[in-house]
Amino acid sequence: MIDADVGAAAPLPAASPSRARAAGRAARANPLLVAGGGIALLIVIVAVAAPLLAPVPADAGIATNPFAVLRPPSAAHLLGTDQVGRDMLSRVIYGARVSPVIAAYVLAIAAAIGIPLGLAAGYFGGWLDEVIMRITDVFLAFPPLLLALALAAVLPASLTSVTIAIAATWWPWYARLIRGQAASVAGRPFIESCKALGISRWRILARHVLPNSITPLIVQVSLDVGGVILVASALSFLGLGAQDPTPEWGLMVAQGQPYFPTAWWLVTFPGLAILVTAFGFNLLGDGLRDVLDPRGAILR
Amino acid sequence: MISYVARRAALAGLVVAGAIVVTFMIAHAVPGDPAAAWAGPHASAAQLAQARRFLGLDRPLPVQLAGYLAGVLSGNWGTSIHTHQPVLSDLAVYAPASLELVIAALIIGVAIGVPLGLVSARWPGRAADHGVRAASIVGVSMPIFWMALILQLLVADRLRLLPVAGQYSPDMMFTHPLARRTGFDVVDALITGNWPMLGSTLSHLILPALVVAAYPAGLIARMVRAQVLDLVGEDHVRFARSLGIGERAVFGRYLMKLAWNPVSAAIALVFGYSLVNTFLVEAIFDWPGLGSYAASSVATLDIPAILGVTLFVAMVYVLANLVVDVAQAALDPRIRLT
Amino acid sequence: MSLEISGLQVRFGARPVVNIDRLGLGDAEILGLAGESGSGKSMTALAVLGLAWSAGADVSGSIALDGLELVGMPERELRQIRGRRIAAIFQSPAAAFNPVFRVGRIVADALARHGLAGSEAADRVASAMRQLLLSPDLLRRYPAQLSGGQLQRVAIALAVALRAQVLLADEPTSALDVTVQAEVLELLRELRARDGMSVLFISHDLAVIAELCDRVAVMRQGRIVEQGRTDAVMGAPGDPYTAELLAAVPVIAGGQGLG
Repeated sequence: MIDADVGAAAPLPAASPSRARAAGRAARANPLLVAGGGIALLIVIVAVAAPLLAPVPADAGIATNPFAVLRPPSAAHLLGTDQVGRDMLSRVIYGARVSPVIAAYVLAIAAAIGIPLGLAAGYFGGWLDEVIMRITDVFLAFPPLLLALALAAVLPASLTSVTIAIAATWWPWYARLIRGQAASVAGRPFIESCKALGISRWRILARHVLPNSITPLIVQVSLDVGGVILVASALSFLGLGAQDPTPEWGLMVAQGQPYFPTAWWLVTFPGLAILVTAFGFNLLGDGLRDVLDPRGAILR
Repeated sequence: MISYVARRAALAGLVVAGAIVVTFMIAHAVPGDPAAAWAGPHASAAQLAQARRFLGLDRPLPVQLAGYLAGVLSGNWGTSIHTHQPVLSDLAVYAPASLELVIAALIIGVAIGVPLGLVSARWPGRAADHGVRAASIVGVSMPIFWMALILQLLVADRLRLLPVAGQYSPDMMFTHPLARRTGFDVVDALITGNWPMLGSTLSHLILPALVVAAYPAGLIARMVRAQVLDLVGEDHVRFARSLGIGERAVFGRYLMKLAWNPVSAAIALVFGYSLVNTFLVEAIFDWPGLGSYAASSVATLDIPAILGVTLFVAMVYVLANLVVDVAQAALDPRIRLT
Repeated sequence: MSLEISGLQVRFGARPVVNIDRLGLGDAEILGLAGESGSGKSMTALAVLGLAWSAGADVSGSIALDGLELVGMPERELRQIRGRRIAAIFQSPAAAFNPVFRVGRIVADALARHGLAGSEAADRVASAMRQLLLSPDLLRRYPAQLSGGQLQRVAIALAVALRAQVLLADEPTSALDVTVQAEVLELLRELRARDGMSVLFISHDLAVIAELCDRVAVMRQGRIVEQGRTDAVMGAPGDPYTAELLAAVPVIAGGQGLG
């Protein structure tokens, strides 16, 4: 079997050097991308350097300080203390380790399920396409948060459950997206030449269809990070996700709610953290879309 | 046009059937034992078995599913384990409040989002455009439950501009009692001419609706901007301009009509999303809607109720998509002519 | 002279795409503007309409309509001129009409814009449509329901109803079948004869220009390399570029070439 590399005859896949250079130039001209990337990078740095940045790292876990309960923001505790005396600043900083990581897992799982199914549906077509599309149709009949809510409700409350629940509701979008791309790529002449050369189906899929279909997905994933963070924190707010003492921002807002509005700092800062993080990643995703400009990616 | 509607309706029906199956499978992933929840903690083994038979839990899963499907289609959505009422009547009690909130939020969202998007598209790259883009991204990045709490604090508590919670002032129930017709408080007040009550319900509706409207407003502004910018280079714009037609008409009438197509698709998407968002804020605003019902159902492992709520929202979502599809076909002749 | 262009420069940033010393369009005259794609013909038309900004270009120089200077005129006043005194038709008639509106809606809007409404407007439109061999009923249809030829004629009818003096026609027949093309050309000739309309006919198709236009100007890379009476320019081209263009026109065996 001839296993020739037809890369030279194929259109350049998304990540070739000249396109990257052009993208770099466009990126510099695009303030959205820069601002969003900056915020996102900041969050990542905070998450990674949490033990160094947080004044009281222990407060991110099981710790109580009965003498410092519900203190308003001060020099000693910049964001105040919570109902068991933990330093809010430390908890908010450590929260940067929770939400984005959940988002990463969710999107990785959703992509891991959605991409193969979408590729298969788009490339092979026929009854496989029909079946997969009907299944995604049914999943897409539910607004995103609802299905995640229902699943998280029936599973034991934990971050793992939330991750599974959201991933289960997210993969259909990616399957759909990849399927559309794969279907159009499959019809292109260079695929015909691949087949004529006897290259195996799997190799065609992996080395030729996938790279040419992936760009809208990359954009969609970056647009989705903010959305997933919002859903995850909403589920934790409802008590279905993170449990104490995990410093998840949504959970912290829920925990602070009974003391609201007197001890306003319990609710304000974690919620603000969610807003800023989601905002940063959404901005980044938007900027990426402007730069890479594929059709069909939407902000949800 | 009729055939188009019929086709889309049939497709929607199929999707709903699939949704019922999925919902059923999810609800039966519950680790707990609904029979125990029904019979209570002091039930004997015999009573548990009886409960199991009553709830149909002793039958094989596919049979249960078939039974449920048949029931749903004939109006029997099961009985709530918690309230011991038919789920459908529970839904009829709780749903209108949530729907009222979502519809109000969408109206606000469109009223804010469309003009902002048009302004943004008309002067791209200028200050107004950057402002609108930033604001709309804030809108879609907003954690709804947090915004509800903060706004409640600032607007209702500190500034005292709007009521804090509830659907209407409690004392109104005595001075101007509200006769229930449709279940939608604002509509009922309107059709019974109960003006003081109408004022009260509207003022109570604004704050929660504003909170839920943040996401739709942001999304719609972005969509309108993107769509209009996409179309502004097209030949028909050049032709209209060459006839002396002014920019306001070009953007506000000609481009906007073309932009409705994808925007209305966004509205359907956002309807479902917002409906679930209301669940998050209902507790905060003391709003007696599906969110409260869902919360108690989850707490009591009330499977029929959980199923009912999920199914209801899914159906509403599919219906919203169907309505939008039909509206799109009405607005854009190209869809029904092809 | 109806339209007098002098020293016109249209630039994208620092890059000029049009650089015309002199070009004139007289009363009741059909002037052809010939050249390859990218020679700046379309940008010239946009500049005359005062719409170069919509393509992102800057304009300097002079475009005078019966003595009235158009370059630098405020947008508000230009809108009075567009459609009413200078009308335009473009290459792709199907794309010129907003697909979600009935054709009549756009016609009515344009007329209303220039102060014509009600029955007077309806009469003018009806008579213009008939002049172009179209039934006024067609106005109730959507663009997708009309053929390219019909749509192009509606566009011309609009110019007639508005009583425009000058018609800018940018490749108006390139997207049409040859038989329909012949009809449209004949109609343009009639408008010139009956209403005294001047036409700036932009095209890359020298055969059509030779058939229709009284005078012709040849554009190359934004400049006019030759202009004059059609038979003179076509018969004995002064500029080597013109000769090249003419030589490229295919000759059907047994028929006549252009050169």
